[in-house]
Amino acid sequence: MNPSRKRTIRLIVALTAAVSLASALIYTSFSAASPALTPTQLMHSAVPGRSYQLTGTVVAHSVRHEGEVLYFSIRDRKGEDSVPVRYTGEVPDPFKEGREVIVTVQKQGSEYIGERNSLITKCPSKYKAAPPAAARKY
Amino acid sequence: MPSLGTGALLLGLVVCFYGIGASIYGARTGQDRWIESGKRSVYALAVTMVCAFAVLEIALLSNDWAFNTVAETSSVTTPLFYKAAAVWASQEGSLLLWSLLSALWSSLALFLVKGRMREVSAYATAVLLAFDAFFIFLMLGYANPFVTTHPAPVEGAGLDPLLRFPTMMIHPPMIYSGYTLCIVPFAFGVGALISRKVDAEWLKAMRRFALAAWIFLGIGIVLGARWSYAELGWGGYWGWDAVENAALMPWLACTAFIHSLMIQEKRGMLKVWNASLVAAMGTLAIMGTFLVRSGILNSIHAFGGATLGVPFVILIAAMIIGSIYLVVSRRDVLRSEHRLDSLVSRESAFLLNNMVLAGLAFVIFWGTFFPLISAALTGQEASVGPPWFDRYTVPLALVLVLLSGIGPVIAWRRATIANALRNLRAPILVALAVCAAVLGTGVSGKPLAVVMFGCAGFALAAVTQEYWRGTRVRSRSTGQLPPRALLGLVRRNRRRYGGYIVHVGMAALFIGVAASSSFQHASEPTLRVGQSLKIGGYTMHYVRPTASVTPKYDAAHTGATLSLGAIVKVTKGGKYVTTLNPAEGFYDSGEPSQGSVGHLIGGQPVSHVALNSTPLRDLWAAIAPDITAPSLERILKAGNKAIPVNRPEEAWIVLGLMGREYLRHTPAAQFHFEVSPMVMWIWIGAFIIGGGGLIAIFPSRRAVWRRVSLRMPAPVAKRDRVPA
Repeated sequence: MNPSRKRTIRLIVALTAAVSLASALIYTSFSAASPALTPTQLMHSAVPGRSYQLTGTVVAHSVRHEGEVLYFSIRDRKGEDSVPVRYTGEVPDPFKEGREVIVTVQKQGSEYIGERNSLITKCPSKYKAAPPAAARKY
Repeated sequence: MPSLGTGALLLGLVVCFYGIGASIYGARTGQDRWIESGKRSVYALAVTMVCAFAVLEIALLSNDWAFNTVAETSSVTTPLFYKAAAVWASQEGSLLLWSLLSALWSSLALFLVKGRMREVSAYATAVLLAFDAFFIFLMLGYANPFVTTHPAPVEGAGLDPLLRFPTMMIHPPMIYSGYTLCIVPFAFGVGALISRKVDAEWLKAMRRFALAAWIFLGIGIVLGARWSYAELGWGGYWGWDAVENAALMPWLACTAFIHSLMIQEKRGMLKVWNASLVAAMGTLAIMGTFLVRSGILNSIHAFGGATLGVPFVILIAAMIIGSIYLVVSRRDVLRSEHRLDSLVSRESAFLLNNMVLAGLAFVIFWGTFFPLISAALTGQEASVGPPWFDRYTVPLALVLVLLSGIGPVIAWRRATIANALRNLRAPILVALAVCAAVLGTGVSGKPLAVVMFGCAGFALAAVTQEYWRGTRVRSRSTGQLPPRALLGLVRRNRRRYGGYIVHVGMAALFIGVAASSSFQHASEPTLRVGQSLKIGGYTMHYVRPTASVTPKYDAAHTGATLSLGAIVKVTKGGKYVTTLNPAEGFYDSGEPSQGSVGHLIGGQPVSHVALNSTPLRDLWAAIAPDITAPSLERILKAGNKAIPVNRPEEAWIVLGLMGREYLRHTPAAQFHFEVSPMVMWIWIGAFIIGGGGLIAIFPSRRAVWRRVSLRMPAPVAKRDRVPA
């Protein structure tokens, strides 16, 4: 075969493969992604069985352990609406009341079930002292 | 002191502007003295940055709370080791560290290329100084580390307890060294493109810097993973977090560049690709810094509420647009000198390796920035989790490990399939034997892990075969004993055989990753003293609680005011294995509103993980003791009520009473146990990779002699010179 034709065919094959892979990547990222919602948005739009990334602040005095299960509520960053979460799995050290967290949840009845090991603590004061509002009160 | 620091920054900015002007003017007019003056600006900048850094370091070590940065990241009780490292715990200090390292590495690069690539290095000097000017501008305009408060607070807030881990001293400087070293090839690449001198000379000069960036970034990434594993209390070493990914992307680009530059050196091919990779390395390094500084993506590591997003976006946009313009406008001089002779050749293997690495970098880039992409395209922010990353990265990693075995045994230019198969026969047999052995142990349901073991076995066998053949030939030709012949072989071609050692390390690392992620057992039970749990064939028995109450003598030496933990006896089949002592440290919040006793333990609690490692398995334990148990709360509240904040000695006594109460009436504690196979191989693999990288970075004796002899005319030639 003519070398230049051979090169063209190789180029077309390589480009087709690259475009196919990129398309698969883009498609799966949209289909596998969890929308990031605030508690208020979640209350109004959650569909049972679908995963959502819930972002908000852990409500004061809402944290309790029952065996391996951690119960807590998350409220809007600037608001009072909150949703209860039932979570099992790893709990990051910085998790505490008043701290911003992100957890992947699914609606089951009136409860929101946290996906195992999906709890992330977003620390707005990372590397600095905790502001008084977030500090634990005794 | 503060004015000395700010003065150093201002002087640094002036030096940058002068150096940029002098270098460009010198390159345009061909006047060497201006080019030299530009280079000397970089050395001067390094001196001013050392001064600025020293001012902040002295302020930290001398507890000068007037400095806001010092007051926010240190305290009297912060151990000295962590005080010294606290300089890069803040946004401001991190920017200063970036500038310091950038100036130092730039100085080294320009010093090493002196006398060569005059025009290229002149433009590179201007680019390097432009980056430094940007970071100094950020400090002066947005995050000045030398801002003070008067009157000064009487005590600092202390270093975040999560950062009180020995790795804090090394991990950030390693990552930042990697990022700043990525900028050096970027600057020389831009210089080469502007001056249209895109031959292999600048690539050869930059190989060592790309390799150094690769080593530093690699060490930083692994130290970060180790830190996460041993400190953060979640038992993992990698979570596809945005900031973790930020360091991995430039590392992947560096890896691709280190391989593909060999093709340009040997065959004059892939010039556009190499120029693009260098541009990607620099841009991804700045993007990594941007991800941490801007807080634009959710990450545990990000500096939230930061205001540096806009300047970084402008810089990144300028880098991308400028790089594309330069590559497109210089396409005439970037044409390949040769074409690929055969698909069965080392060039093809390298090309495929580059495509896989670029694919990996793209997947990680897409997943990391997906929240922003999704918000821009659909108006709804959404993100992808670890399963999505694993779906793409695992197959690509398998191909990569396979290629690390194929590359070394296949010939340059053109190899026959028969010859390639002959060279690969032993590695293929080893791979099949490894897969059969793993399946023989009863492993099922983890096909990708089994394939990874096979691929790693293949790569190890291929590299061993190369070493064996080289040693045998050298031993026969020189009459040396095999160990000496092996040493001589590596010495003569450090680059090649250092690279092979890196491949061995990669195989070991991926064996550790595959085993630990596929066959891990984990449980988070709530146990009372005397209770046990069975996990992965081991029995964890909660023997007794532990408590310690002084800031100086907690088990982890991190300045915890109260440390509550447990003694856990581990047995297997009734036989004693080890004793684990996980604990959780509680820290002073420095917040008087929490009460005289409450503030002593009101800070960030941090797990002190217990770990028992062997090459075959890790036993990992963390504990979350219930400090809010009613009996402890009662003592705490009574102490807060009875003792005023200005009498800390009595508050400490109450803390002691809490510790004693915890030992006497221990509430149930939440544990986290993991039994993970072969985690140690990740750290061993990383160590081997680092060793191989170090061997490859040092020039062989012959290369040094050749370079020196090129620079220095032989004296005999001078004496015998014939007059014209």
